[in-house]
Order: sequence, then structure tokens, then C-alpha cells
Amino acid sequence: MWTWFYKLASPPYVYGVAAALIPWLLGGAALAMVYGLIAGLAIAPPDYQQGEAYRMIYVHVPSAVLSLTIYTVMAAASAVALIWRIKVGHAVSAAAAPIGASFTLLALVTGSLWGRPMWGTYWAWDPRLTSELILLFLYVGVMSLRSAFEDPSRGDRAAALLATVGVVNVPIVHFSVVWWNSLHQGATIVRLGAPKMPGSMLWPLLSMWLGFMLFFAAVLCIRLQGEVLNRERQSTWVREAVKS
Amino acid sequence: MNMAVDGLGVEKVHVWRGDRHVLQGVSLTLRPRELLHVSGPNGSGKTTLLRVVCGLLRPEQGRVSWLGQSISSVRAEYQAALAYASHEPALKGDLTALENLRFAVGLKRRVSAGELRASLERTGVAACADLPARVLSAGQRRRVAMARVLAMSASLWLLDEPFTNLDAAGTNLVSGLLQSHVEQGGAALVVAHHDLKIAVAMRRLELGP
Amino acid sequence: MSVGALEAFALVVRRELCLSFRRPDQLLQPLVFFLIVTTLFPLGLSLQLSLLRDMAPGVLWVAALLSSLLSLDSLFKSDADDGTLEQLALCGQGLTVIVVAKTFAHWLVTGAALVLASPVVGTALGIPGSAFPTMMLSLGLGTLTLSWLGAIGAGLTVGLKRGNVLLSLIVLPLAMPLLIFGAGATDRAISGTPAAGALYFLAALCVFTCTLAPFAATVALRITLE
Repeated sequence: MWTWFYKLASPPYVYGVAAALIPWLLGGAALAMVYGLIAGLAIAPPDYQQGEAYRMIYVHVPSAVLSLTIYTVMAAASAVALIWRIKVGHAVSAAAAPIGASFTLLALVTGSLWGRPMWGTYWAWDPRLTSELILLFLYVGVMSLRSAFEDPSRGDRAAALLATVGVVNVPIVHFSVVWWNSLHQGATIVRLGAPKMPGSMLWPLLSMWLGFMLFFAAVLCIRLQGEVLNRERQSTWVREAVKS
Repeated sequence: MNMAVDGLGVEKVHVWRGDRHVLQGVSLTLRPRELLHVSGPNGSGKTTLLRVVCGLLRPEQGRVSWLGQSISSVRAEYQAALAYASHEPALKGDLTALENLRFAVGLKRRVSAGELRASLERTGVAACADLPARVLSAGQRRRVAMARVLAMSASLWLLDEPFTNLDAAGTNLVSGLLQSHVEQGGAALVVAHHDLKIAVAMRRLELGP
Repeated sequence: MSVGALEAFALVVRRELCLSFRRPDQLLQPLVFFLIVTTLFPLGLSLQLSLLRDMAPGVLWVAALLSSLLSLDSLFKSDADDGTLEQLALCGQGLTVIVVAKTFAHWLVTGAALVLASPVVGTALGIPGSAFPTMMLSLGLGTLTLSWLGAIGAGLTVGLKRGNVLLSLIVLPLAMPLLIFGAGATDRAISGTPAAGALYFLAALCVFTCTLAPFAATVALRITLE
């Protein structure tokens, strides 16, 4: 049974699966984002309290959710690679890190632009913003650590440990609005009971969320192919794949 | 099957350092009363092999076994039975020779200052016992490191270039210590790039590119 | 006759303390740095004690954080450089005992020293004496947690060129919650409101870190030793 699992994690298999998935993921992402943007920016009505400015939600919320999701994916892949010595895990972690950092930066920037009309300031040192900023620093730390080693396999394992240790920040970011008095809005969608948003606003948001997820998966597959090829460049299957 | 149930067994060990395939399926056995001389040109992986045998480096493929069991499952017992001397003498410059020994050997077994001084005596550096290691010459430091190996009372000696920086007298001394260790039932794996002149049954493992 | 874990722990702590006290200049450096950094803030911001008092908790804590980080780089570096780290890794006690002993000894020599020096610095920043117990307790818990976070970072970066910069980059984001609660506790003590909540949180962080960090630091060192 474990041989099946290890086959799943073998580099040529992963490379092939990634290659096959990319067009579907990109297509799905494009569809979801087109619908989400049109429905969200043009069709959904303006908010009672915030007016048109609330539309930043369609980019800000999905990117923030993704920043956390990607870190979790990265930490999980790292943990798998460290514990069971499955090297593809390191490739996934290395592929995901810059994407996660970009989404974190996007969340911070869009949040800052949204904060200006909402709270009157581009930045506030409140728990959620601060912990999201810490998340960005963690991403940067993981990427820097990986590249600081001359021996790439040591760099992978060191970065994997750091990614796993840093995962404690993810629940802190998520629950910061619950645990502390925060300027930031509380949970609107993922909560017990019905979501607090009307359907015309909710569906485009969910669609953007799905679109961003599919986009992340697509970019991950593209980067993963590169990472796998780089790490396995000495092996025969890579030489043959490159020749053809 | 390459399992030495009464000693050390290394089976088809592969190690990569970046892109270099440093150890390509190396196997060996080492039983009590045996001395294995590992030699080879620079970069052939001698030190890497020694570190794999110690358990400091996990090989990508292959396994190392002690008394028939994988060393990762009997880590504490294996480490208690071995004494490792690396290429550097591994002494803290600010501690005296005696203190260096005490803090190293004292973690393995309870040992008195008298025993440690006796070990230093056997390697000819008894006079250096209370001097900080940083004032000792390279040859004296090598002798202190050898005294540490002696004081550990280990059955398996893993030595990396133990003759470095030693004069003729020192070389004879270490050869003599190895000989008596093997004669008394111990095993030794010695990495040395030159020939060894020791009067025991010696096997040789030549590592090559 | 084999050596028990507690005996080994005590022996390694003695070794570390022995080594530290033989280099008294290196021993005092973090403390001096602490004093210098805290001096920078009044010089740069305001010379009036009443105004400084508001900023004092933060200044104290940032200075303590930076001084601790300065010395964390050397936690494993010296042993890794001269090869004694391998000897420790092969002593049969398991690397975790060694790591716990080294980190504890390091805290005794840096963190504990900072805690003892904090009343002096606190007075210079205008912190009232009534706040000292809370301040020292929070600093004690905080520096202990920081030593552990630093042990993970030091284990990962030992042997890297410019490892100390990377060490700070890794440890500081993880240490930010410490800063928030530690400074918060001291702040409350100064203004007279109960600081128990912040102190409990700090203690929880400390316990959480002290329980899990040894294993993470051990893994980090094993990665480095390979």
C-alpha cells in the first residue's frame, strides 16, 4: 500500500500530472475570475455602509485567504518531506513560497488601499494586520534560508523546518479578530450559521476565491515542473524529457 | 547479505553531495579484532563514509547496522560503543586538556580525573593536562584527541586521519595503541591516505572516483 | 557505568558556564549592548522622564530582544567551528539533552543577566519601582522564550556566511507576539492596571515554546551536522 503512495510522490509522476493539469486549472481560473470580476464590480449593488469602496473585497479577501492557505500547503509539504523523506515535498514547498508571499503582499496592499476610505488610514497596528505582516516576514525568511545554503538539499530541509515551525502564525492570523479587539472586520463567511452577506455579493466573492485557488494551483504546477526538473537534473528521465 | 551480527555492517550506501555522487554503493563489514584501513584520493568520500558510519550523515540509500540492527534504532547503545576522532582534534581552546576530556568522556561514562590523566600519560601529553588547549601545538592536540578516544573505553574506534601532525614518535605511538586495541578485542576503522604499518590483520578498502 | 540524562545536562551546563566565564569580555557584550541601545532612545527621542515613561516598556523590550539576538549567533557556532559539536552529538545522550543544556546555560548568561540589569535601565527610562516586579517577570519569561526561538534559528543558520543576519530575519517575526505581550504587561504595570492577563499569555507562550522548541532545534542541528 505504501508503494502506491511512494509512486504517487515520484518526481516523474508528479511532473506528468502537473503538466496535464495546467491547462484545466488555468481555464477554470480564468472563467471563475471573469465571472467574479464582472458580477462583483459591475452587477452587485453598492454596500449600504461603504458604498462603492467595498468592492476591494473581491481581491482583498481571496488573496488574504490564499496567503494563509498557501502557507499551510507549504508547511504540510515541508513536514511530509522532513518526516517521510519524500523529496517532492521540498519541490512543492519551494514552488509555493513565492506565490504565497505575493498573495500576502497583495492582501496587505489591497487592504491598505481599502483601509484609507474605511478607517481613514493606510495602516494600523492592529492584530490581524500585524500578524499578516509577520506572515510575509515568515515567507521571506523561508525563501532566504533556502537560498543561503550552498548544498540545495540542506537548504531544502532547513527551509522545511522553518516553514513547519512558522505555521503557528496561521491560526493566529485567522483568530486574531476573535481573540483581540481589532479594527478589522470579523468572520463573515466561515462561521456557524448563515453567511452575513447577501447572495449578489457573496457569489462573486466565492467565485473570485475559487478563481484565485485555481490560479494558485496552476502557477504551482508550472513552478513545480521547473523545481522538479532542476532537482532531478542528473537523472535519466529528465535527460530524456529534455531531449524530446 | 552483508550483516555482521557481531560488529559493524555497511550495505550499499549511496550519498550525494549536491550533484556529486560521492559514495556509490559502498559496503563493508568490521568485526571485533579487525582493523579496516579506508584509503583513496582526495574527494573520494573517505570522510563522508566515516560520518555515515558514525550516524552523523544519513545515506540516501543503503543502511548501517551494528550488531545486526540498524544504527538508527539502537542509537544510544551504538554511540556508547564507539569513539570518533575527526580530522580536526575537536578541542575547546579555552578549556585545559583535562577539562576537554572530562566534558567529552564524562557524558559517556563516569570517569575520574585519575583515569583521564592516565590516558593523557599513555599518549605522552601528561604535562599538558592543565594547560589550555589553545597553547598546545598541533601534534600535542592530536595526542590529546587520541587520549580522549582511549578514555572512552569504546569497542569501536572510528578515526579520520589520526596521524596528521604527528612526528615519528607520535605515529609509532598511535600505531601501537591501535594494535593493542585490536588485540584486546576491539575493532577500528581508520581513514588514512598513506600506508599503515601496524602488526595486525588489516583489510583495506580503497575508495575511488 | 553510564551517565543519566540529568547528570549529562548538569555537565553540559557546567561546560557552557565554564567556557563563558573564561571569556568575560564576550560575556558582558550583550549587557553593554543592552545599556547602549536603551541610551539611544532618550537621546534620539526625548530627554524628559515623564515622556520617556510612556515609551519605556517598548524601548526596554526592543533593546532586550536585540541584545539577546546578538548573542544567540554564538550558541552553536563555536562548537560547530572546532568540531566539538560532533563529539557532543555522538556522546550517547541524544542531541536533545545537549540542546536543552546549552540553551539553558545561554539563557542564564544572557537573558537572566538582562533581567537583573533591567531595574537599572528601567529607572533610567522613568519606569516607577512599583512596576519592577512585573517588568522583571515579563522579561524573564520573554528572554527564556526568545532563547528557545533563537536556538531553532541558530541551529538552522550555524555555519552559514552572514548567518547572524539571517538568524535575526528568522527569529524576529516569531518573537513579535512576545514583544506585544511583554511590553503590554509592563505598560499595564506602569499605569497601575492589572497585568495578570498579559503575563499569563506570556507564560503560556513560554511553556509552549519550551516544550516544542527543543525538538525543532534538535532537528535543525541534525540538518546542519549532515
